[in-house]
Amino acid sequence: CMHAWGIYWQHYRSHRPKKAHCWCSQFSFICRSLSLTGHVGFDSSPDQLVNKSINQGFCFNILCIGETGIGKSTLIDTLFNTHFDDRVANHFQPNVRLKAQTYDLHESNVRLKLTIVNTVGFGDQINKEDSYQPIVDYIDAQFEAYLQEELKIKRSLYSYHDTRIHVCLYFISPTGHSLKTLDLLTMKNLDSKVNIIPVIGKADTISKTELQKFKIKLMSELVSNGVQIYQFPTDDETISKINATMNGHLPFAVVGSLEEVKVGNKMVKARQYPWGIVQVENEHHCDFVKLREMLICTNMEDLREQTHTRHYELYRRCKLEEMGFRDTGPENKPVSVQETYEAKRHEFFGELQRKEEEMRQTFVQRVKEKEAILKEAERDLQAKFEHLKRLHQEERMKLEEKRKLLEDEMIVFSKRKAATELLQAQAFASTPTVSLKKDKDRKKDPGFRLEILCFDVKNQETDQEQREREKLERERFTHREFQK
Amino acid sequence: MEEQPLQAAQEGAPRDVVPGKVGCELFGYVGIEAVLDQMRIKTMKTGFEFNIMVVGQSGLGKSTMVNTLFKSKVSCKATTPRHEERIPKTVQLQSVTHVIEEKGVKMKLTVTDTPGFGDQINNENCWDPIIKYINEQYERYLREEILISRKQKIPDTRVHSCVYFVPPTGHWLRPLDLEFMRRLSKIVNVVPVIAKADTLTLEERAEFKQRIQRDLKAHGISIYPQEDFEEDPDERILNDKIRDKIPFAVVGADQEHQVNGKRILGRKTKWGIIEVENPSHCEFPMLRDLLIRSHLQDLKDITHNMHYESYRVRRLNESNRLALSPVNGLQEKDEMESNL
Repeated sequence: CMHAWGIYWQHYRSHRPKKAHCWCSQFSFICRSLSLTGHVGFDSSPDQLVNKSINQGFCFNILCIGETGIGKSTLIDTLFNTHFDDRVANHFQPNVRLKAQTYDLHESNVRLKLTIVNTVGFGDQINKEDSYQPIVDYIDAQFEAYLQEELKIKRSLYSYHDTRIHVCLYFISPTGHSLKTLDLLTMKNLDSKVNIIPVIGKADTISKTELQKFKIKLMSELVSNGVQIYQFPTDDETISKINATMNGHLPFAVVGSLEEVKVGNKMVKARQYPWGIVQVENEHHCDFVKLREMLICTNMEDLREQTHTRHYELYRRCKLEEMGFRDTGPENKPVSVQETYEAKRHEFFGELQRKEEEMRQTFVQRVKEKEAILKEAERDLQAKFEHLKRLHQEERMKLEEKRKLLEDEMIVFSKRKAATELLQAQAFASTPTVSLKKDKDRKKDPGFRLEILCFDVKNQETDQEQREREKLERERFTHREFQK
Repeated sequence: MEEQPLQAAQEGAPRDVVPGKVGCELFGYVGIEAVLDQMRIKTMKTGFEFNIMVVGQSGLGKSTMVNTLFKSKVSCKATTPRHEERIPKTVQLQSVTHVIEEKGVKMKLTVTDTPGFGDQINNENCWDPIIKYINEQYERYLREEILISRKQKIPDTRVHSCVYFVPPTGHWLRPLDLEFMRRLSKIVNVVPVIAKADTLTLEERAEFKQRIQRDLKAHGISIYPQEDFEEDPDERILNDKIRDKIPFAVVGADQEHQVNGKRILGRKTKWGIIEVENPSHCEFPMLRDLLIRSHLQDLKDITHNMHYESYRVRRLNESNRLALSPVNGLQEKDEMESNL
């Protein structure tokens, strides 16, 4: 074991970031192993650590995937020896939903915060293409939540409720033949994200010989399709033997039941059939005890560690690389995340500024165009106005001409009128008595006839003249109005 | 029990599973407590790391103390008289790492010694190299932590506890001590001890302790165990008892003598033998118990959860401000980027 430390040291020294050296070059790392001359007391360190963990409590999250009615809830109840009070789901779910519930369990001085996530409606739809996607999304969302917490500036990781899935129990239908396509597809999509332990649900429908063949078939199918299920760790001597044998018993054929039946003189958990009693905790009847042993008693800590160090780190690496962060720069020199981040930030701000410029340009362009259009319109309007003005001028001139003509006529007429009035006056002077007679009389008196004729002509002329004058007045009036 | 719809998970928002918490009664034995054994096995396999720093004037018995604590020759003492090197230019920090094993538990112990501290005429800023060293360890850990592909177990060189040696003047804490402890207690767990306590009688010792405690309180220096980090009432009672006794009056010795037929560690003088491990003689056992037997994990946890986190906050905020300054106050678009 000292040798292992030596190797660790070599590895550490060669991977130390070289940058840090310039700061404090005064210290040196000498690794010696010492022998103690007395009892120091740090052998209590594991106990101290364990005590602290007891105070903090443990977290364990199980995801159960399987078709409706395959016995997921019953098995969990049986595993943890308690009734989790779940409602039975119907088969008519439109899509796969995940239902998560958290429970606080106590056993002696250990507090366990257990979260069970169930898939509701898995395998029930007619078109099962999207069955595994919600599950993958859920697992990723838990990793994402942890990553977000870890990347925060002010974070509280030690009091964070860890919801990452530590183990996935995949329930296989006990058909006795082989894996369904849906099973293969789902497991292939999940094996790099979560520790998968396949189990055969409702295993009391298969006989022993059939079960053996079924298990071999299943494992060979998984191997040939490259599905990586969780292998129980065999590197620690205390548990390697038992883990190795258990690895050979995968997948576990389980039967779940909370009902107690009297067998012999004790009450055991079992399922009672007319042809016999299937005892849950009997190793010859089913692998339930093995599952419980492996899942809880022996490997719970390892499952948590694998989730954190393997699956979570993989997710984190992929996510950060997706965002463009690298550990090594273009010349293969180590680039800190800080530098990458700052570079990206500058890039981003450059981009923003460029976009702002663009927008400003387009804005200016638009304004110019609008201005041009408006100017056009203004010019048109101006032209129209001029045109109208010209028309008015022409009409006015015409009217002026007409007026002049009319006035000339008026003058001529008034002259004539004056002349005839003069004549009339002269005629009056020669015949003093003038009386208006009827037509008969007029005819007898030719002198009067002349007068009357003149008079009539004058009247007619006066009317015409009056009409013309009125017309002129009207025109003049309207012209004036128009001019206004 | 509530149903948690999937919509939130599909949108990528973190899900809250807590509201459905229910306490359940177990009908029979499940085997959950086996997880403690699993944890124990795992930690024994990976081993522990502990980094301790001793600070104080030369000649106060720091190296001897470390040797006594770990019952082996951890530090080589500065045995050559340092008259030639009376005015060293810088304070040289020396870290020595050892791997020790006891009953199957492996520990990688790093002791950082600071010879020559406070020896110069002008001691201003003599604490700078030490603070620099401590921060450099945090920086190293931070860099490892924010790598894309990071190691499974990040090597922990952060200083978990700093033992500060107070000279046994019997009066008060000197300004140098106060200043130093004030600065250090903000970034590391400081455990002050009265060195060479065999020069004080029991009454003088008690008085000195009182004065030191009053001084520390008056200047707002929080030494380990800190009051602000306690959550458990039991823990508080225990820590109160410890705080009454701080600073511990210690005597270091690495030579064994014969007392009453037993070989024990002690200092032999003309007027008697001071037994190091005897609680009525000196308080060395209490210091040892505090540092190693009972509070080792606590020291590490507080370093990791409190001091390291506050360093990280400071560091990341600093780099954020530097990055924002060339461009005038534009907002970040991605929350994750901003949090880096």
